[in-house]
Amino acid sequence: MAAFVTRRLAAAVPVLLGITFVAFLLVHLVPGNPAKVILYGSQATPQQIADLTRQLGLDQPLWDQYGRFLWQLLHGNLGTSYLTQDSVAYELLSRTPSTLVLTASAMVVAVGIGVPLGVLAGARPGSLADRVARALSFLGVAVPYFFLALLLVLLFSVRLRWLPAIDNGSFGSLVLPAVSLGWGYAAILTRLIRGRIIEEYRSEYVRSARARGCAEWRVLLRHTLRNSSIPAITTIGLQFGNILTGAAVTEVIFGRAGLGSYLATSITSKNIPVVQGAVILIGLGYVLINLAVDLIVGVVDPRARLA
Amino acid sequence: MAIATAAPAVGTVPVRGRARAGHAIGAAAMAVAAVAVVILLAAPGLLTHVSPTATTTDILAGPGAGHWFGTDQLGRDVFSRTVYGARPVLIASLLGVVLAMVTGVALGLTAGTAPRWLNAVIMRVVDVLLAIPVLMIALILIATAGAGVRSIVIAIGVAFTPGFARVVEASVRRLRSVDYVEAARVFGSGRTRTSVRHLLPNLMTEVVVLGTSAVGWAVLTATTLSFLGLGVQLPQPDWGSDLAAGATYLSTSWWLSTFPGLGITVTILFANFIGDSLMAALDPRDGVRPIQGFRALVAGQRPRRPRGGRPGAESATARTEAGQ
Repeated sequence: MAAFVTRRLAAAVPVLLGITFVAFLLVHLVPGNPAKVILYGSQATPQQIADLTRQLGLDQPLWDQYGRFLWQLLHGNLGTSYLTQDSVAYELLSRTPSTLVLTASAMVVAVGIGVPLGVLAGARPGSLADRVARALSFLGVAVPYFFLALLLVLLFSVRLRWLPAIDNGSFGSLVLPAVSLGWGYAAILTRLIRGRIIEEYRSEYVRSARARGCAEWRVLLRHTLRNSSIPAITTIGLQFGNILTGAAVTEVIFGRAGLGSYLATSITSKNIPVVQGAVILIGLGYVLINLAVDLIVGVVDPRARLA
Repeated sequence: MAIATAAPAVGTVPVRGRARAGHAIGAAAMAVAAVAVVILLAAPGLLTHVSPTATTTDILAGPGAGHWFGTDQLGRDVFSRTVYGARPVLIASLLGVVLAMVTGVALGLTAGTAPRWLNAVIMRVVDVLLAIPVLMIALILIATAGAGVRSIVIAIGVAFTPGFARVVEASVRRLRSVDYVEAARVFGSGRTRTSVRHLLPNLMTEVVVLGTSAVGWAVLTATTLSFLGLGVQLPQPDWGSDLAAGATYLSTSWWLSTFPGLGITVTILFANFIGDSLMAALDPRDGVRPIQGFRALVAGQRPRRPRGGRPGAESATARTEAGQ
């Protein structure tokens, strides 16, 4: 087990380094000298621009700059916003809880709808329940979440007036964003679980459980579902990154002040330190979640540790 | 026990007659889609004579005989905008996927036939890119390249490349030891010649299926980006940006956002359906290697490297492929 944990931790390091390097390169990939961007509109003299360039270390060799970037990063310093001169780390972290709440709620929706639907469909392939579940999952993948969000607002906020369309901090205002974001992933999970359950039903251990006189519901829940859960857990973990970036768009629609909406406005205003910080933060979250998933799977399924 | 299907295709137990009927429906869907794409790209004027940017005094009129899909806040015809709005979406997603296919195949072939150290370098980079969400890569690229359809094409092309590279590389590793490839090498065929003449033709089925199933995701990515205002700029019509613009008038005029949204939904439905049908029709079902769909790839069921694979369906497949 210890070797397994070490191996997983070691595998995360190059990915993290890669993400930081991509984020670091952003400054240099964006056309235009960052010093000019910061001083834009303040009638700066060439001398001032040159001074700021030196101050930012932009005249140093690339590797030195990357080294310094990493060093600052390890100290929790993500630089300052081009627009407001506020600390990016502080700005990002103050917005993180809202985004995490939305992401977690969306995952609850995805698992809460996707798993039962997948089990229902997989238990009786070809039945009415299966057809409904398959049609729903086919639609779920096809309807873009930002369109679903508008349709939900139209129905539940404009027509029925049950739920608020704009975030007001209440639980009610979390429902529509969470459902619209989680629905598509519920569809993916439904497909996955259904396929796995059908597969598992054909296996020897199910036949032997039935031969032993095991009740059908027990075969389904204790044997089939359990064995289908591991790829499902892996998928949920890998989907985390997509849900997190999807949250960016959902936040814009529902006026939620989170990481995503901050990132979206920063991209349009070319506020690179913020984009860098967000990329690293989301990347870090993604790596950590998948590390956790790997470890959970390793605990649940001893075979995984040997792989 | 057969190997777990990494990408549950259409799913039901293949019954001969039903499978054939499925193929016919799939082929019909493909024909309809091909005609629709050609008309929407080349001659949207066949469907509507109204200019999508022409303003009238008929403001926010509901759907009716005069304007099938109603008009927007500037009196522009929503039907016409929906017809013309398909073009940037289709260009961005189709070109993006083709770009990703070409670079991904080139990268995968290079890595698969390269010396071990070069393979390791390329595939490490691919792994890192696969670990970053697709939309995130696209957003980063747009941040550097600026808004516009061209940027979206590049963004999709780059963001989808690692998926193709990963699958192609895995297949090349498997094909390298096949008899006719070995024979070609014995007869003095070089690395490039072997790749192009022997490996590439055998990869095409897989690559085409993967590409087709990637289109749905590409449409979603492209419209998400233009929804955020990073694609075609107003007043030019585009499903994503029109949907976003119409959201302001949602409480009074539902038709502004709904029709572009339906356009996106129908496109993704078609793309996914065709992808699934192709996958079902071309899947060798040799019990060894199910053809991988891009959806499964993006959905996280990645083909894993034989060593250090993750548990679950995909690594079981990978292990068998490597003959371990």
